Amino acid sequence: MNRIVIAIGCAALVSLGLCLKIGTAIAADSEAAKAQTLQSPEDFANIRDESKRSVAMFNEMGKVLTHPRCVSCHPRGDSPLQGMDLHKHEPPIVRGAGGMGAPGMRCSTCHDDDNVAFSTEEGSIPGHPGWRLAPKSMAWEGKSLGEICRQLKDQDRSHMTLEELQKHNATDGLVGWGWHPGEGRIPVSGTQEIFGELTQAWIDTGAVCPEG
Amino acid sequence: MAIRFELNGKEVSADVEPDTPLLWVLRDHFWLTGTKFGCGIAQCGACTVHLNGLTRRSCITPISRVEGGTVTTIEGISGEEARAIQDAWVALDVPQCGFCQSGQVMSATALLREIPKPTDENIDQAMAGNICRCATYVRIRKAIHRASDSLEG
Ligand code: FES
Ligand code: FES
Repeated sequence: MNRIVIAIGCAALVSLGLCLKIGTAIAADSEAAKAQTLQSPEDFANIRDESKRSVAMFNEMGKVLTHPRCVSCHPRGDSPLQGMDLHKHEPPIVRGAGGMGAPGMRCSTCHDDDNVAFSTEEGSIPGHPGWRLAPKSMAWEGKSLGEICRQLKDQDRSHMTLEELQKHNATDGLVGWGWHPGEGRIPVSGTQEIFGELTQAWIDTGAVCPEG
Repeated sequence: MAIRFELNGKEVSADVEPDTPLLWVLRDHFWLTGTKFGCGIAQCGACTVHLNGLTRRSCITPISRVEGGTVTTIEGISGEEARAIQDAWVALDVPQCGFCQSGQVMSATALLREIPKPTDENIDQAMAGNICRCATYVRIRKAIHRASDSLEG
């Protein structure tokens, strides 16, 4: 009896096109380009000019910073994004206090401490203990790498010193989630360790930003 | 492995695989069939319960996460906000087919507990994850306002 009720329920919602929509999004994700590699600081040793080396390394960091796994929660508006095409989060959810959603529908209504595989189909719901949106002052969506870089260094709007930023990039668990995003999502390029090393090397070479 | 938790005010335990979704346990183990399955992927809100006082989609909650916690379902929801919501739902004849409604009531009650006098915007934000195939949204919004007014005395 229970199964019949369940089947009727699913049929009702399939008719809304929801199940199909999600299935398509997951398929598009898995069909998109395979995760790129991330070059480490040594790979830039042949660039003699320190400023140019710094810029080149920041451009490499950009593979992470502008990856949809990261940009999704650094939106410019008040709603998170989803998928490789960065469409609006479905269901609609707002930033709310502390970037954790609205009363009655917080991020934690769905997102728990870990990624959870769906029981009825392929894919998973992402999770991490610190699941929330980045502050609006750290919005990266739609920005050039140069703009993101200058924003990261601007102490008036960044809540981190460069040293703190390196620690954040190298060790923060929520950042690290990007490399372990759960079934149905393409991870960020390379590893968090290399990302941390690149950040340090970029700082050590003067933290120079790309133009544009 | 037995997972212990509080369900609608009673200590219970369920001997199931730790990754079994809470929704499966509620319906198939405890026969609390008021909580519905709609999508299984956190997209519709039909399976909404309260976990430790906050809304939670039970279809994507492994039972292991509930160990030691407090779960409230539509069968056990109580208190003045829940009563006000129930009365308003009846007065305005909110449900159509009813399938989504236990989830709607759980989200609406959670909202009123945090924001006793919600605006339309508060309501839309809190209820955005609860889809209604019969499009009862306008009545839901009205009923939440009515419940809120009734709580004011
Ligand atoms: S059944 Fe859980 S959100 Fe649809
Ligand atoms: S009343 Fe039918 S789905 Fe909401």
